[in-house]
Amino acid sequence: MVTETVLQFTGLFKTFGATRALIDVNFGVQAGEIHGLVGRNGSGKSTLIKVLSGYHVPDPGSQLTLNGEQVNLPISGPEAAAQGLVFIHQDLGLVPAYSVLENVRLNSWQAKGLRRIDWKKERAGVEEELERFNLRVEADTPVAALSQVDRAILAIVRAMHHLGTDSTNKVLVLDEPTAYLPTDSVDRLFEAVRTVAHTGAGVIFVSHRTDEVLEITDRISVLRDGRLIDTVTTADTDEQALVSLIIGRTLSSLYPDRLDLTPGELVLEVIELNGDHVRDFSLTADRGEVVGITGLMGAGHDEVPYYIFGARDAKSGSITVNNQVLKTHKATPTESIAAGVALLPADRLNLSGSASASVEDNVALPVFQQYFSRGRLQLAQVRERVGGLLATFDVQPAMPSLEFSSLSGGNQQKALLAKWLQLEPTLLLLHEPTQGVDVGSKAEIFLRITEAASAGTAVLIASTEYEDLANICTRVLVFDSGRVVGELSGDELTEERILDLCYRGARGRGAHGMVFQWRPYRVGFIPPGIEPEFVKTPGRAAAHPSPKAVFQWRPYRVGFIPPGIEPEFVKTPGRAAAHPSPKAVFRWQPHRVGYIDTPGTGGGETRTVDHPSPKAVFRWQPHRVGYIDAA
Amino acid sequence: MSLTTGSAVARERARRSGVVARRVQAYSILVAWAVLILIFTLLLPETFFTLQNFTAIANSKTATVLLTLGLIFALAAGEFDLSIGAALSLGAAIPAWLYNEYGTPVLIGIAIALIAAALMGCLNALLSVRYNIPSLVVTLGTGTAVIGLVAGIVGNSTISIRGDWWNTVLAHRTLGLYTSFWLVLLIALIIWYILQHTPIGRHLYFVGQSREVARLAGIRVNAYRYSALITSSTLGALAGAFLLGNTGAVQARIGQFFILAAFAAAFLGSTAIVPGRFNAWGTVVAVYFIETGITGLQLLGLQAWVSDVFYGTALVVGVLVATLATRLRSRLSERSTL
Repeated sequence: MVTETVLQFTGLFKTFGATRALIDVNFGVQAGEIHGLVGRNGSGKSTLIKVLSGYHVPDPGSQLTLNGEQVNLPISGPEAAAQGLVFIHQDLGLVPAYSVLENVRLNSWQAKGLRRIDWKKERAGVEEELERFNLRVEADTPVAALSQVDRAILAIVRAMHHLGTDSTNKVLVLDEPTAYLPTDSVDRLFEAVRTVAHTGAGVIFVSHRTDEVLEITDRISVLRDGRLIDTVTTADTDEQALVSLIIGRTLSSLYPDRLDLTPGELVLEVIELNGDHVRDFSLTADRGEVVGITGLMGAGHDEVPYYIFGARDAKSGSITVNNQVLKTHKATPTESIAAGVALLPADRLNLSGSASASVEDNVALPVFQQYFSRGRLQLAQVRERVGGLLATFDVQPAMPSLEFSSLSGGNQQKALLAKWLQLEPTLLLLHEPTQGVDVGSKAEIFLRITEAASAGTAVLIASTEYEDLANICTRVLVFDSGRVVGELSGDELTEERILDLCYRGARGRGAHGMVFQWRPYRVGFIPPGIEPEFVKTPGRAAAHPSPKAVFQWRPYRVGFIPPGIEPEFVKTPGRAAAHPSPKAVFRWQPHRVGYIDTPGTGGGETRTVDHPSPKAVFRWQPHRVGYIDAA
Repeated sequence: MSLTTGSAVARERARRSGVVARRVQAYSILVAWAVLILIFTLLLPETFFTLQNFTAIANSKTATVLLTLGLIFALAAGEFDLSIGAALSLGAAIPAWLYNEYGTPVLIGIAIALIAAALMGCLNALLSVRYNIPSLVVTLGTGTAVIGLVAGIVGNSTISIRGDWWNTVLAHRTLGLYTSFWLVLLIALIIWYILQHTPIGRHLYFVGQSREVARLAGIRVNAYRYSALITSSTLGALAGAFLLGNTGAVQARIGQFFILAAFAAAFLGSTAIVPGRFNAWGTVVAVYFIETGITGLQLLGLQAWVSDVFYGTALVVGVLVATLATRLRSRLSERSTL
């Protein structure tokens, strides 16, 4: 590979008033290289990217060289594009309602002005580009229907399209591309990023996640307090060394010491909770316990906190907090809060906090009532309280009057933790508490959670950060298809075991002696004359208390495959005529129909079901409902 | 996070400049108002800068102020209420019609109108909260329908209650100003207190700004949305009753001509006094700021069309200023977090 420098900053300074955001930064990216850019919030990382995108004007004397040519700063948008510089930001910049084709082409149709678009040709071009990045989506699918990772890859496809076919001397900047991706789909994004690097383009990969940076990059540059501390070769470094570079001291551990749990009183009892995806979920949690619930994306674990909090209505089940039964139907957060429950949703700027309101108003929102005395809101006292909380929770900058969205992700999360922990809840529900948070803030957040637990709060964390869960929880429940497939605690509670359960559950492996029944589920229509075929899958077994279980099957589409590839799970004849794709891939998901008296009677049977249409295609998906004896 | 002293100083400076920018914006409309008055005074020393002219401006707009004060409840809760015009028609025309037709005391007529307007607000809320239809659409529909109904009942001619005690009392002058003006000031004071100094006010702003955040913080969001829409309709009808008291005679469709004025004043008012929020004193100032401009231009000999141009411009400029100011504020905030 050519080791040619495609982008080079020399002596880059950026000053805001008296603040020096960037101090003498020399930063270079080579062709074909994936270059990680890391640093805490406020280290100058985003300022550097904003200088590169032309948003900030650097101080005089700063130099930027692209492909050996010096560029006038600030660089303008069209100029950056002409020089082969393209950005993908966290929000991706796709139009959800438009199709994949329209999004990729957006402003680069071959036809200009009022001339007719040659759809056939454009489609062929886009399909080729999708193929190159192994993105198996149809060109006509609206982007809204794509998964998060497919959208991220699509953004890369579009970016590369704008750079043209020859991608040497090009630079792709990825700003926190994985922040909103579920952990299990990051690999696919990485594959696409590597494809870009293989074409000879340089890639700047900005991320908070040290594990990802170590996995994907060739070299890593670390910024701290506006200075470029070091540029290291990824192969020669490890996580601990990298984290020390980022925070400027050795972090003994990201995680606080685990608590020695003495069985306390019962705080939370959930019995047979059923929701949109959650099935028959039961859980108890004691004072001081930190319980994790996890699974792959869509496994249903992430709904649980919202049901318990009364933010969403469950279908059935009962929830008891502090011996107080909470409603599961027509529930309101107001009652849950009164019962001592607090919820911190994953969506910081839309659900947890109000982006445009001040930090003060956000933090004080649940307690305004307490400051209404002598006929008016005691705003000075509110400000004092919030200021104190911000200092305690190490929110930087500790200025209550700032707009909430101007805080960095880590500081927003610390402020929101303060908002809820000031109520001293007996049950704290957290959903992805460390998403998009830098490594230093992450350690602080974990410390807060552990402190709250040792003060007697029961904590329930729904997350897909398996490593974090393994390290801060006392036990972890793993979900698959809405059901708990395993519970881990003690020595068994490791990242590997969680991952293992997540994936094993999803693949339906490792079972024997189970009884399955089948239930039809229409996915489309086939032409007359073709008989639907019902698929039987091998049973699976597990050690489980109940001696008898019955399974039914239900189809579940997970995506599409390109022409020429045989779908592995599809055993049915014909296809859905009204379906956008001729080739659907299906996964299996079990669905309970009931219980049988003697083991075996339901085994592998095909049930005929009256169906409104004679031309329906049925496909099946396994869904566990219980267990039977190995006999 | 380690902080260098230099950057801490810079942050403090940035924070101060943010605070200063906010102060400047808060009172810039007062400065603009003063400049406007100065210009017209120089141009029309004889007619404009007279006590009589100022009291006329103050007295003629009491209904608009009250209508806009009601509207800001709905806007603060994130709801558009286009039916305030209909509420005003209800409050003005129904008592007058009942008085003329059946000899019903005006006060009872007003009570009936207020109840009708509250019911209309309730219907608006039901449709937009329960059935999730945007309030803009709902209130456009109910507002148009109700104005039509009022016109159907009352007819198209002007009806008068001149000489009735409601007219005499409201249009009675104290220090040159109508009783209705003093009453509106009192109502503004109450609304200022509610929005600015009670948890209810804070919650209302949160409901408007981030409905889900408010709901997840345990605030009864739907109750606030109901109350806001009912308040805006009811105060709208009260504004109609004040209009009737001030002028003594009204037409059924009068409310239509007030909608744009109220929205223009509400948005312009949200850039002043408490910038970024719909607030009571900002609203009062905005109404009179606009009216001063219109009166001045009319005294210069321009025709009535001038008011449409002025209200339309004020609406757009108000929203523009608010948007630009928000952008400036987040720039300053961003700077102070660096």
